[in-house]
Amino acid sequence: MANNTNTGNFDSFHKQKHKDEMVKQLITFALMIVFTLIAFVVVLTGVDKIFAIPLLLLLAVVQVAFQFYYFMHMKDAGHEMPSLMIYGGIGAAIVTILALTLIIWW
Amino acid sequence: MSHDHSLNPETMPHNPEKATLEGKNKFLGLWFFLGGETVLFASLFGTYLALKNSTAGGPSSEELFGLELVFIMTMLLLTSSLTSVYAMYHMKNNDFKKMQLWLGITGLLGLAFLSLEIYEFYHYIHEYGFTFRSSAFGSAFYTLVGFHGGHVLFGLCWLTAIMVRNAKRGLNLYNAPKFNTFSLYWHFIDVVWVFIFTVVYLMGKVG
Repeated sequence: MANNTNTGNFDSFHKQKHKDEMVKQLITFALMIVFTLIAFVVVLTGVDKIFAIPLLLLLAVVQVAFQFYYFMHMKDAGHEMPSLMIYGGIGAAIVTILALTLIIWW
Repeated sequence: MSHDHSLNPETMPHNPEKATLEGKNKFLGLWFFLGGETVLFASLFGTYLALKNSTAGGPSSEELFGLELVFIMTMLLLTSSLTSVYAMYHMKNNDFKKMQLWLGITGLLGLAFLSLEIYEFYHYIHEYGFTFRSSAFGSAFYTLVGFHGGHVLFGLCWLTAIMVRNAKRGLNLYNAPKFNTFSLYWHFIDVVWVFIFTVVYLMGKVG
């Protein structure tokens, strides 16, 4: 018991909380499927690439945000350090991609 | 409470994966690792974007890619992300058997994804003669997509190891963080795939 100080009764309240959370996850999943379908439809219908590429990237960013905030729980409390690390990574990632592509396009 | 801190519904902490210091450290450590992985994949994406038109007379991305296979692969990996969410849901409800079941389904979906990727590479090599050495485009493509496939393979080995190793132990405060850490890693694999199917396949088809 000494090593388990965080003990609480595992009551119906928490079970219900987990259920509510799972409903949100399912909605997230449904939205991600919809975004994926939109992305494929955009390509199959041959939308002009000036519109298609920004739209595809936007859809990808939204999907990834859902993945981070809902599936990986970044929306929950106590995720300050994970946010710092992942946004730090994303910051360096953007600079890396800009540098590598600009070398070619210059 | 038993010596191995096995959980039962009466003594279940609300977040078993973060109830111990080791669990908290694993959680932070994995996110730190994912931050680094983001940069690693960014360098591969940047390289791919820079080299994707250097086909050296070989097939271009428009000729090569078929969207049907990529669509099925995307659905498989996206669904496996949801099934690992289900596994963590059952972990928090302290239902070890259901957690193992959903982790198993996650693994099977991952395996199906990996098989299709191997088939895809095989198809490119045999039908188009498009290999790692064909062109700068080929090298960049196989490095980026193959590195992601390697992550899937590593994830499958990891999953198998923790599922087999803990099969008879049941859920406890020692292994709950391990399952949670794996599930975060698996979601990240899906994050990378979202960008691969967007940047490599869909944008490759648009031109």
